[in-house]
Amino acid sequence: MTKTIVVTSGKGGVGKTTTSASFAVGLACRGFKTVVIDFDIGLRNLDLIMGCERRVVYDFVNVIRNEANLNQALIRDKHVKDLFILPASQTRDKDALTLEGVEKILNELSKTFDYIVCDSPAGIERGAQLAMYFADSAIVVTNPEVSSVRDSDRILGLLSSKTKRAEEGREPISEHLLLTRYSAKRVARGDMLSLSDVNEILAIPLLGIIPESQAVLRASNGGEPVIMDEMSDAGQAYADAVARFFR
Amino acid sequence: MTFTDKLNKIIHYFQRPEKTAKRAKDRLQIIIAHERNVRDKPDYLPMLQRDILDVIAKYVNINKDDVRVELDRQDDCSILELNVVLPHVETA
Repeated sequence: MTKTIVVTSGKGGVGKTTTSASFAVGLACRGFKTVVIDFDIGLRNLDLIMGCERRVVYDFVNVIRNEANLNQALIRDKHVKDLFILPASQTRDKDALTLEGVEKILNELSKTFDYIVCDSPAGIERGAQLAMYFADSAIVVTNPEVSSVRDSDRILGLLSSKTKRAEEGREPISEHLLLTRYSAKRVARGDMLSLSDVNEILAIPLLGIIPESQAVLRASNGGEPVIMDEMSDAGQAYADAVARFFR
Repeated sequence: MTFTDKLNKIIHYFQRPEKTAKRAKDRLQIIIAHERNVRDKPDYLPMLQRDILDVIAKYVNINKDDVRVELDRQDDCSILELNVVLPHVETA
């Protein structure tokens, strides 16, 4: 059975794409055939983080509109076997993504992939809602900061009401908290929300804590997901998070 | 810069900064509790409340806070609870 995971947050800039890229690599490294989809139509960026920006020929919207087939649009990752990227379109047409179109593509991907990772855009508009609609699991990426925590709570509300599982009254989406840009030093000093503070407010199981790390910018500079920098604190934290996903 | 300004700056430098995380948590708990409370209710509830208020106001002199509309959900039915505080009227 294929599992669909949405990486979401509400707020922008908290690490959704960084997380999607590293998580997808982590899943593929464990031998699962994985595809990661960029749902941020008009603001494609997953390709840059994955280092395949120069190999984009067709995109998500081309496939929805039958201008290309899936195999033409899927980009094989150059680092890891069994990992593919479906890039977002750069169109300015806000209605390019349709529920039927997304469903058609996810169904087709389900035939060959074990995991589908959906990298959600920021906000709560169409792109974000479609990214979460078909999900089985959600990774809610949150910074220890008031606006991010509030937006995450808003997203949790949407996950429990505006998704296929919720509408059909099936078992709810399994929610996982990923706390990113965490600084234990600042928490100790009392000027950053702690893990237990955030946990108490959002009340969902913890998947991992990614420390604020210079390795994240270095990784994106080079187009190699930070999980591949195995010596770095953030890379190890992502590897731990993937491991915890299976526990 | 006066001497007191300079002195204040020096004092400020050595003061332990206030622990702001506690304030962040307190503020979040309040606003999120409020938003969760609103989130689970249908969009029409505030409008319904206003309409009911208008109808009652045609007959009695009441203000906005005297009417409370609550929607409770139980298993497979919803209960609309209407609470109106009428002003004390002197009967002749």
